[in-house]
Amino acid sequence: MGAKSFRNFSFLSATISFFILLGIFIVLISYSKDSIEAFGLGFIFDNAWEVGEDDEGGIFGGLVPIVGTLYATLIAMVLAVPIAMGIAIFLTEVAPAFLVKPVSISIELLAAIPSIIYGMWGLFYLAPIVQSFFGGSGIGLLTAGLVLAVMIVPFMAAISKDAMNTTPDVLKESAYAMGATKFEVVKDVVMPYSKAGIIGSIILALGRALGETMAVAFLIGSVMQIPSSITDATTSIPVVLANNFAEADDLELSSMFYLALILFVVSFIIISAAKFYFLGKKR
Amino acid sequence: MNRLFLNKIVLALSTLSAIIGIGFLFWILATLSIKGVSALSFDIFLNDLVNGGIRNLLVGQFTMAFIATIVGVPIGMMAGIYLREYGNNSTFAMIIRNLSDIMMSAPSIVIGVFVYAIIVSPMNGYSGFAGAAALSIMMIPIVISTTDNMLSLVPKELREAGIALGGSKHKIILQIVLKAAKIGITTGILLAFARIIGETAPLLFTSANSAYFTMDLSEQFPSLTVSIYNLANYPDSESRDLAWAASFVLTMIVLFINLLGRYFTRDKG
Repeated sequence: MGAKSFRNFSFLSATISFFILLGIFIVLISYSKDSIEAFGLGFIFDNAWEVGEDDEGGIFGGLVPIVGTLYATLIAMVLAVPIAMGIAIFLTEVAPAFLVKPVSISIELLAAIPSIIYGMWGLFYLAPIVQSFFGGSGIGLLTAGLVLAVMIVPFMAAISKDAMNTTPDVLKESAYAMGATKFEVVKDVVMPYSKAGIIGSIILALGRALGETMAVAFLIGSVMQIPSSITDATTSIPVVLANNFAEADDLELSSMFYLALILFVVSFIIISAAKFYFLGKKR
Repeated sequence: MNRLFLNKIVLALSTLSAIIGIGFLFWILATLSIKGVSALSFDIFLNDLVNGGIRNLLVGQFTMAFIATIVGVPIGMMAGIYLREYGNNSTFAMIIRNLSDIMMSAPSIVIGVFVYAIIVSPMNGYSGFAGAAALSIMMIPIVISTTDNMLSLVPKELREAGIALGGSKHKIILQIVLKAAKIGITTGILLAFARIIGETAPLLFTSANSAYFTMDLSEQFPSLTVSIYNLANYPDSESRDLAWAASFVLTMIVLFINLLGRYFTRDKG
């Protein structure tokens, strides 16, 4: 391969991310056009999901899956953030040297397990436990949020740990020399120094939780209803897509594309925010 | 005394978090092993799904992941090479880096929807090609970012030595820089493969699933992960047992590839 064609081919390859993202936008917008024209932005606030007679038309609104997605993510974040921070602090400041490596590897392996395994494990092991503590059927928002939390903890902990590890030893040593306790070093030196990376890791985990499909699909119940309690079954955008996309057509299919568009735009914004404001200064 | 006490509480809580984290790993692995191993038999590797085995599912899942790798790795590596060796810190390279990071975190179900619209719908049916395409879209940004990062670790002096010898830019890249970054990039590709082999959401309505053995990529294609999802939701215990066995096999494959990648880079901390 000549020098020029090598360079050109590598340039073309580099543009592929741009074209795929652009392609996703164009496809989602053009396929959801019917639904956007029929329901407009009111789609987001409408909780109906009714296929019309003879499978023609119908009224579709995205409120239930949108609310379900937000609640499940909120539960997951509330549970996951403190635990992930605890693990990151443990690995950077607390753990004895011989424990750091095996614990980090375990955490990273936990992050590598496919999400469908989490879902299945949640269905057969976590759901009965939730049921015995909180009543209900065990299938619902709380269980889905719990499994989501278990899934995002290792991811969040691994990135936060890397951020905390960038704190220069000199800074920490100075604080220790002043008589600071470990907690004070973490609170007043490590945290402020690595704040941007930690917030970035939380936002990335948030994006992952919003778009997670399989773990939630087993556990949220997949019912089109606004949950009235934390143990109620409901549904989320990825779960609606996973379970109903293949059977939908016409306006319902278009509304599914609309849901996918909303999910894509929201995660696009969240991830960009994490990148530009918090994780931007690497390199 | 008060601050020392507070310190102890916080350290205890942080240790407790780590114990909880590790605890979940062992809990998941333990239940998976107990349920999986007891349902595992030599027979399930010899039979297809239609006869209560997972042979066609394993072959199907690996076939799609391999095709995705064959397509995704050259594109991803070339893109990574462009970003680091030609673009470096130009605005264009920074924009592409950010876009590919965004693509890496895009919800996988949306990628399934996208591939459905551009391949499944025009071709009037689910196909192995569509599944492989969805997986390669998942894989490309991971390979881009690994290649980019690994090339950035290659010392500038190596490139300068190549230039001093009169090597042209692409020769230097191919024969010096890539060789120096070989281990890191290989590990990155292994981890990317481990990631896509366990994906379910992008396959649900691209490859869909098949109970029969097939190598015809233009037809509905067998998928291990989609089958696990279906089997686990069936009420009968045989289906559930098969789902556990399949999950166990899948997790072992994914963890093995991850540990293999770690083994390659073991000296680099």
